[in-house]
Amino acid sequence: MLRSVKGFICRPLKLDHGYALHMAAKDCFSSVVSQDVQTPAEKPRAIFYTNESDPAQHSEQHEGRHYSIPLEEVKAVFPHGLPYRFQQQIKTFQEACVMVRKPALELFTYLKNSNFAHPVVRYVIYGERGTGKTMTLCHVVHFCARQGWLVLHIPDAHLWVKNCKELMQSSYNKERLDQPLQASFWLRNFRTTNEHFLKEIKTQQKYVWGKRDSTEQGRPLGEVVEQGLTRVKNASDAVGVVLKEIKQQCCLGSFRVLVAVDGVNALWGRTTLKKEDKSPVSPEELTLVYNLRKMVMNNWSGGAVVTTLSQTGSLFKPSSAHLPHELLGKEGFDALDPFVPILVPNYTEREFESCYHYYLHCRWLQHEKARTEDGKEELRFLSGCNPWQLERLSAPL
Amino acid sequence: MTERNPKEQERDATLRLIYTTTAAWRKNVAASGPEKYTEAFIKKQIEEFDLGKRHLANMMGEDPETFTQEDIDRAIAYLFPSGLFDKRARPMMKHPSEIFPEQRKIQWGEDGRPFHFLFYTGKQSYYSLMHETYEKLLNVQKHQDQLVAQGFSLQKEKKNLVGSRWLTKTELEGMLLEKLSDDDYSRFIRLLEKLMTLPCSDIEENYIKKFSKEIAVQLQKVSTEPLKYDEQGVAFSTGEGVRKTSRATAVVYDNGTGKITVNGIDILRYFPVLQDREQLLFPFQFLDRVGKHDAICTVSGGGRSSQAGAIRLATAKALRSFVTETEVEFMRQAGLLTVDPRVRERKKPGQEGARRKFTWKKR
Repeated sequence: MLRSVKGFICRPLKLDHGYALHMAAKDCFSSVVSQDVQTPAEKPRAIFYTNESDPAQHSEQHEGRHYSIPLEEVKAVFPHGLPYRFQQQIKTFQEACVMVRKPALELFTYLKNSNFAHPVVRYVIYGERGTGKTMTLCHVVHFCARQGWLVLHIPDAHLWVKNCKELMQSSYNKERLDQPLQASFWLRNFRTTNEHFLKEIKTQQKYVWGKRDSTEQGRPLGEVVEQGLTRVKNASDAVGVVLKEIKQQCCLGSFRVLVAVDGVNALWGRTTLKKEDKSPVSPEELTLVYNLRKMVMNNWSGGAVVTTLSQTGSLFKPSSAHLPHELLGKEGFDALDPFVPILVPNYTEREFESCYHYYLHCRWLQHEKARTEDGKEELRFLSGCNPWQLERLSAPL
Repeated sequence: MTERNPKEQERDATLRLIYTTTAAWRKNVAASGPEKYTEAFIKKQIEEFDLGKRHLANMMGEDPETFTQEDIDRAIAYLFPSGLFDKRARPMMKHPSEIFPEQRKIQWGEDGRPFHFLFYTGKQSYYSLMHETYEKLLNVQKHQDQLVAQGFSLQKEKKNLVGSRWLTKTELEGMLLEKLSDDDYSRFIRLLEKLMTLPCSDIEENYIKKFSKEIAVQLQKVSTEPLKYDEQGVAFSTGEGVRKTSRATAVVYDNGTGKITVNGIDILRYFPVLQDREQLLFPFQFLDRVGKHDAICTVSGGGRSSQAGAIRLATAKALRSFVTETEVEFMRQAGLLTVDPRVRERKKPGQEGARRKFTWKKR
């Protein structure tokens, strides 16, 4: 009389799924599985995959589909930009697949149609937690890198205002504080992204680093970067110099600059750092933050500023805050005003299907119930179509 | 010397008499068994009870003649309010036959001879019962033989045994007022079943009924409410749920996309923990209606887990109106429609928590 209570059985089992799925293992598995599994999997690939790997060509027809970035490009363009979980996913799947979504397409249209003679337009990407703001930013960075822009990508501005082990007094300006470690780290990654630009851009004035070091006028910017990397003490000042030079020369129009800042609300919040006398440090006392603020101002032209708000790394902000006004505070809002806000929502139906089929194709969802319609509905319900939640849910399956 | 001897002997004799262990003096409480009530004592208790009943009726201003046991219970609950959880610990006033357990009267007369002929078997009531039942069996067989001799065909209609069960061992022990072993009990039941299977056992139906009980029908006929329709013509239904200290109400709409809102906030933000969302998913998944209904819930009180449980109960109750009777029965058996009776246990004095004792120190 008692029907088998399938409601209980439908619970997903927490299978232990390590991240070390090697490519070789995947090949072995696919060869062991019979041929007929391959053919149905290949046919509906068109649902979630597109071969168009140039972001400039992406349009509404590609919306909801994944495109893959070759791994060498990933290393060159994103030495430090991608979210940690996405990096692990790249390592597991041995391919970097990014979904084309509406906010990114919107940004592309704006960038393509923007007049570079006018002062820079600032775009602020905002949204709830885990909806894909950083991924949208990375998509835009890839687009601009392909177009040949100079990309100033700050992966997470929150890293500059917290957990700093070394704070030194700035040599340039007595009131400010330097962060040599973060600055040198950023310079290294900057060098990887923009090798060819560093040779082309020339300094326009002489910079004196110390008693014996100085950079003459007319030397390539690469030398400034080298100086910052070798003499770690001057790294923050080197960053400031780089930013100043780029800003000045961009107005001339020889190249375009994209300033991509993730977590821009860190620049105007509070910091967790303290000076030696235990008094709190405000953001403008940090050289890096000070220079970056100047960069984000709209008093130059010839490029674009795309920023993201992030609540996850932010300090002293409640977890329910995700609107620009709440996260930036009055000061930040006034500084960034006017800007173009871009909301990144959760997945739509199509995008959810696309992501689900992508995971199925990569054999990431191993549970047999995950392949059924019921499993899909369950995933949809439990994740609430939130990309971050979906990723976390499908990891143990 | 000779004078001393008898005195010494006396002293020795008295010394020997006095020398006994203290253990022998102490009354062995356990061996004497449960307290034996004499008949006179029980009679006195009954008289006192009746008198007390009349006094109580007078106190409450009611008619002493028509004062029933329920009235007594109500009066006592009113006069002596108690917050104790266990109903058996509260003050009660009941007829002495319910309070004092039935005991066997003395089985032998003044001359020491037992009344019953099976007294020396040790289990007189059990063996007498077996004898009686076997007698009935022989009776039935005789009747059967008579019918066969007269030429009637014997047909046995299948009696519906589903609604009744035999007495359990404890119930039988209570009836016979003596201890039984499992073996004895099973023998008796087998005999009864043999009696049941005979075609003409209808004669002895009254006797058999003494040893069987009706199983109470589990299904409380809770009527499911019909669906209500709101302005746009969309069907909806409401349900309420409780769990620990949370109270939740849910309104489930048809033709939905699976969106659930709690206190105006989406469930993804209200319940960040996966476990709570799984609890909410359960009723829908059980009925295979995961993406088909929308729900708007309000909940208050309790913590995150109890709120999730309360909403689950509320949605399950609301979904009853959308679903067939058999599915409602399946839901009930799955435990989706039962209120979880577990509440926080009280902390007791002398202990650190409800169960945890203080750290035991040897010295």
